[in-house]
Amino acid sequence: MQVDATVNGQARSAEVEPRTLLVHYLRDDLGLTGTNVGCDTSSCGACTVLIDGESVKSCTMLAVQARGEQITTIEGMASPDGEFHPMQTAFMECHGLQCGYCTPGMVMAATSLLKENPAPSEDEVREGLEGNLCRCTGYHNIVKAVLTTSQNDQAFWGNSGVAGPTGGA
Amino acid sequence: MTAVESGVVGTPMVRKEDPKLLTGEGKYVDDIHAHGELWMGMVRSTMAHARITNVDTADAAAMPGVHAVYTGAQLQEMGLWIAPLPCAWVVTEDMVNPPHYPTAIDEVRHVGEIVAVVLAETRYGAADAAEQVVVDYEPLPAVASIEAARDGGATAHSDHSTNKAYHWPLVPDPEALDAAFANATHTIKAEFIQQRLIPAAMEPRGVLAIPSPHGGDVTLYSSTQVPHILKVMVAATTGIPEHKIRIVAPAVGGGFGAKLNVNPDELLAVTLANKLGRPVRWTETRSEAAFSTHQGRGQLQTIELASDADGKLMGCRVHVDADMGAYMMLITPGVPLLGSFLYTGVYAVPAFGFTCDGYFTNLTPTDAYRGAGRPEASYAIERAMDILALEVGVGPDEIRRRNYLGDGQPFENLETPGSLVFDSGNYGPNLDAALDMAKYSELRAEQQRRRDAGDTKQLGIGLCTYVEICGLAPSRALGGLNYGAGGWEHGMVRFLPTGMVEVVSGSTPHGQGHETSWSMIVADKLGIDPAQVTVLHSDTAISPLGLDTYGSRSLAVGGVAIAMACDKVVEKARLIAAHQMEANPDDLEFAGGSFTVKGSPDKTMPIQAVAFGAFTAHDLPDGMEPNLQEQVTYDPANFVFPFGTHVAVVEVDTVTGETNLTDYIAIDDCGNQINPLIVEGQVHGGIVQGVAQALWEEAAYDADGNCKNPSFLDYLVPSPAEVPSIVTGFTTTPSTTNPLGVKGVGEAGTIGSAAAVINAVCDALSPYGVTDIEMPATPRRVWKTIQEAQS
Repeated sequence: MQVDATVNGQARSAEVEPRTLLVHYLRDDLGLTGTNVGCDTSSCGACTVLIDGESVKSCTMLAVQARGEQITTIEGMASPDGEFHPMQTAFMECHGLQCGYCTPGMVMAATSLLKENPAPSEDEVREGLEGNLCRCTGYHNIVKAVLTTSQNDQAFWGNSGVAGPTGGA
Repeated sequence: MTAVESGVVGTPMVRKEDPKLLTGEGKYVDDIHAHGELWMGMVRSTMAHARITNVDTADAAAMPGVHAVYTGAQLQEMGLWIAPLPCAWVVTEDMVNPPHYPTAIDEVRHVGEIVAVVLAETRYGAADAAEQVVVDYEPLPAVASIEAARDGGATAHSDHSTNKAYHWPLVPDPEALDAAFANATHTIKAEFIQQRLIPAAMEPRGVLAIPSPHGGDVTLYSSTQVPHILKVMVAATTGIPEHKIRIVAPAVGGGFGAKLNVNPDELLAVTLANKLGRPVRWTETRSEAAFSTHQGRGQLQTIELASDADGKLMGCRVHVDADMGAYMMLITPGVPLLGSFLYTGVYAVPAFGFTCDGYFTNLTPTDAYRGAGRPEASYAIERAMDILALEVGVGPDEIRRRNYLGDGQPFENLETPGSLVFDSGNYGPNLDAALDMAKYSELRAEQQRRRDAGDTKQLGIGLCTYVEICGLAPSRALGGLNYGAGGWEHGMVRFLPTGMVEVVSGSTPHGQGHETSWSMIVADKLGIDPAQVTVLHSDTAISPLGLDTYGSRSLAVGGVAIAMACDKVVEKARLIAAHQMEANPDDLEFAGGSFTVKGSPDKTMPIQAVAFGAFTAHDLPDGMEPNLQEQVTYDPANFVFPFGTHVAVVEVDTVTGETNLTDYIAIDDCGNQINPLIVEGQVHGGIVQGVAQALWEEAAYDADGNCKNPSFLDYLVPSPAEVPSIVTGFTTTPSTTNPLGVKGVGEAGTIGSAAAVINAVCDALSPYGVTDIEMPATPRRVWKTIQEAQS
């Protein structure tokens, strides 16, 4: 079946089997390998992309369901002149990535999160990213990166160097 | 001991790796394709232990797009390998090491063992075809736990008479050990279970083998931590001449020890690609990874401590029963022994004894997982110290203080009960810093308030002062342990004609940021900008010498090799500069990237100009080779011994049994730091992996040897919502082992955190009479433990 979609602002098309997952359409048919596959149960979020600005796990969706949609992958996050999206910059500056495998999905999920909630608390960031797993960072610097990018950039108590909610209660 | 020089070293420089990884430019194995590639699909055993009576491949072979189907028996007849999969650590002369081929031939010994392989034109086609292969089994009794293996009712290998693989003792003075226990005022004995864990690097493993049918060479892309070791082992198992093999580890999405192996899929891809003359690839699915990638831990520990009336340790006796799984993989039998020397932890213990029995089971093989043997040891001694503190009637901080090596004062090159020489330590101030940062006395007051109030959310505070042995390793020490390789590392540094620098690293990153850290070391050594340095690695054609990345060894061995190579570059450059400036080499000072004649500040020559002169070779000292390139193979004289104190604070809901980790404070000491940003990141991630063992993760098996939770639906890798932010701090006690004064930090967090968390849970529940709880301390287990203690 033919699947036409707008991916990172460009019209793209490929002939796929009806059962093809969106993530495999992006990776294997369009060659956009930045979107990764980390599990087979829609648990890890490594494959998160944006459809019309909202985060979607691209392994939970068939390519044919994305026909005609506006899809953004990690390859489309920097501006055409190469300038990073603020979320990419924050991940770099806060050391929010190590091996980088969960990173594209994490950046997409975090971007979607801030679109819905521009000034989240630390807990709201943690709960909002619950569907994205990372094995390297312990999430500390990911949460820091997201809060730094948000309108609530003072919220991260980890910055203060003292124990948090109950420490020294 | 010169520490690191001023400059970028010691500053939190943003990583050079990140732009590629943040834009999708980073290429992992599954992102790389070769023209004409075939996809492998694995037919895996559904039985833990059985005889294969028939494999019917006809339907699969007839499917469109299926190129070939091979059973294990057929692959064996094809003569694709000259030796079984390697075990590089034969820990005793009489260790049992049954042959382990990439595919089962007539008997399967764990669920997921490969029975047949299909090759198809597409990813989906390979999966479909693998499902169409019909395998008939005659079930055999499965050995599904260490206890069952030890009891010996059935054997994991039908031709074995016992499941025991080896017995390994480290008991320097048995009489002294017995006397310590006989003369002690207090003795405690505890048993702990180190449950099996699924390493779960976010990138599943994958391979792509590209043959050259006429040239006779083969390139294997693999998601591996150990391309150099893999190259040797592919040659040794397949008979392909070593010089015809190239291994590339492209971007690797985490390892944690799970990519430190030589796997059936790697050997199948290489040999089948050669056989068929077409590239062959495979990427494991997450649910498959529970069978296709080794697991971690899997130990039963018994630890006994003897102390005098004041809680001063007199003896420590440990026995471990270790689950090898179905086969010995690369370092399976050695993993528990890596911890053997650390069961006395940071403490002065006059008498010590350790024994370990390895057992085969019909489960996925075990091998290295973050910390490999050392988290287990640290857990046992740190849990036991808390139990001893209760017995003696002192606090957990006090029992530690009374027993620290060097009386809690700074020390260097101290011989320990485990026959090691600790490079340096200073445990007292480290504990003080952790207690201060945690506001320990206020936490204790809050705990008391909740106890007095009968609060249903009890507060628990857990301490752990860990020490670890890393920077693997002095080659002679490894030889003494019958390890199959050395522990050196190789580094090369070269100036290019235009003044840029290429570094060739033998250690192979998979998220640790080697490109950044090595650039920083080189920048300071050579007086240049880190942006002028490129680090080449992870491809045996580019970096032919190396022993790769595991055991927190990269910086303490590989980084030091690169620093030493820089020193050699500067010394050669000095001779060239002196020659060209008509000065005595001893009269030249090197600073800020330039040679200057002492006393004549106007006579100066930048090292880039020297490098260009070395390239043109128009005017070099007589007999000197052109170019400015030096290499060092560094074999450390000792291990390094990082340490730290962690404080975990938990709230345990005594009604539901749920444990909430509210705060985590870690004061680590890894000696001098190259990049504090990277160090902190390693600490954060390591801690969460240990916390996950303590609270959530366990590869659970039923009595038939089926893994009950192979996917991420049931195997509970923590999400951001389960863990708090982590408070980190550092003390700095430079290592005496190497000239940079650095230690390792990759595994430290994991080595400290499981004990800290379980000590906290037990502390919270001590008013209920709870003295221990098994990992993972799930709500159900906590609730049951409270009920049992109360009844």
